[in-house]
Amino acid sequence: MWLVIVIAVLLIGLGFYLSMTAGRIDRLHQRIETSSLSLDAHLLRRSSIAIELATSGVLDPASSLLIADAAHLARTSADLDPVLKAQAESDLTAALDAALADPEETLEIAETQLGSDLLDELDAAFRRVQLSRRFRNDAVRACRQVRGQFLVRLFRLAGHTTWPQTWEMDDTPPQGLAER
Amino acid sequence: MKIGLVCPYTWDTPGGVRSHVADLALTLQEHGHTVSVLAPVDDPSLLPPWVVDGGRAVAVPYNGAVARMNFGIKAANSVRRWVRDGDFDVLHIHEPLAPGLSLLACWVARGPIVATWHSAHVRSRILSAGYYIAQTAMEKVRGSIAVSEDARRTLVAHVGGDAVLIPNGVRVDAFAADGRLPEITSAHPTILFLGRIDEPRKGLDVLLDALPAIIARVPDVRVYVAGPGDLGDQHENLDPALAEVVTFLGRVSDEDKARALRSVDLYVAPHTGGESFGIVLIEAMAAETAVLASDLPAFRWVLEEGKSGALFVNEDAADLAAQAVRLLTDRSAREQLTSAARIRVREFDWNTVVEDVIAVYDSVGMPGEKVTTDLRGQIVGRLGIRPVS
Repeated sequence: MWLVIVIAVLLIGLGFYLSMTAGRIDRLHQRIETSSLSLDAHLLRRSSIAIELATSGVLDPASSLLIADAAHLARTSADLDPVLKAQAESDLTAALDAALADPEETLEIAETQLGSDLLDELDAAFRRVQLSRRFRNDAVRACRQVRGQFLVRLFRLAGHTTWPQTWEMDDTPPQGLAER
Repeated sequence: MKIGLVCPYTWDTPGGVRSHVADLALTLQEHGHTVSVLAPVDDPSLLPPWVVDGGRAVAVPYNGAVARMNFGIKAANSVRRWVRDGDFDVLHIHEPLAPGLSLLACWVARGPIVATWHSAHVRSRILSAGYYIAQTAMEKVRGSIAVSEDARRTLVAHVGGDAVLIPNGVRVDAFAADGRLPEITSAHPTILFLGRIDEPRKGLDVLLDALPAIIARVPDVRVYVAGPGDLGDQHENLDPALAEVVTFLGRVSDEDKARALRSVDLYVAPHTGGESFGIVLIEAMAAETAVLASDLPAFRWVLEEGKSGALFVNEDAADLAAQAVRLLTDRSAREQLTSAARIRVREFDWNTVVEDVIAVYDSVGMPGEKVTTDLRGQIVGRLGIRPVS
């Protein structure tokens, strides 16, 4: 009799734990989802400002062309595979870095009101991309940790969802922008 | 942006976290945001309109000190009501593991949640006992901020996860305003000490040990000691020769602290350890007073290795005396420090710091997302009970 009670209590406890953990996993997946959307929004904002910068006339024609091309590719890569999308965004970072690497040159660009406003906006966009990517990857790390637990794998609490992937790209702001 | 801030410690008692929240709330409002602060309150009659009474606090031992916080079903309900009615774009929780309003807010809310970690020395016993609770609460936090490298390390090591480092701010303009403290003479070279006088790590003893050597070179020096603590002991032990040089001001208000800093020639910070940030140095720098501090890592970083404030070898009274004499007798050396400090201190101005905080707010939510109440993950939620609206 006691054995039955003990087993029943253990089963109820296990059921409770599994149900709580399933709730946690669900919440973590949602956190990854929302932070991905936030990251997408900031990446889109960054490429918009890059295009504005390229067409504003404050840069030399070669830099303008380079940035406009990279920004266009980054914007149209939204439907691509995440790895290709991240590559396109890293390429935009590289193009911006090529144009804005020299702190003295960026100071010259910032002499006009338009140039200074655009650089401020680009700086703010870079910071938000960095932060939202960091927060997204942190959510992925937390989710992986729970999904890696023995009981979670045994009872397949994550269902058929794919294993979460971190978002890897180069989001270091150009030196000239950071040191302004 | 509509921002909800949660402070776990009582609004009536001064403290590091509480003044951080108050300064952040004021600065955010100056930048055009709508702010509501939820905190435990003992005396609701004195509250500014943007602070919401989260209930009466009780004194509980936590993390090696006595903290005044509140918790329980009533507190949970008031947090839930505040979150529901606030319609916030971002919920910003301070010290998320303090078992009071902060932890409760983490439980009852969902959406864009940011948390700031203040303390560096959370006892590992608390963290291991509360690991599961900490994990489930932290999982809802979308973005973590740490105020110092030590606080960040504590979070990474014990709870897991990442945090953005955003240092404490100082309302520079409040310290740079005019007005002197009438108790402090302007006819003598003057030194100020701030901090509890009966707490050894604040280093008053090091300063008093150095004093005879300072008097030998600068006979008309006057030393002012501002801070709470048992005056009796210090008075009795004080050498009569020093007694006429040293004046004890007792506990001073925030306004008087700023006035005292502005009234003296030199602020000395002889702290012997346990300082993770050194906000008082920044306050002195904002008041445009020359700073002489012990060479603790946190102080060296704030003072840029001696560029914006002088350093002496920690606990070395002779070195303190030599440096103090040099600075008291050389006005241009002091001015060199204060003009470097004027530039350095801008980095810690709340007006600068708040930009970084807003960038974090922008990065945690989907466009247009709001903070809502959440019952999922709780037992009541599983039974299908929903909050009464």
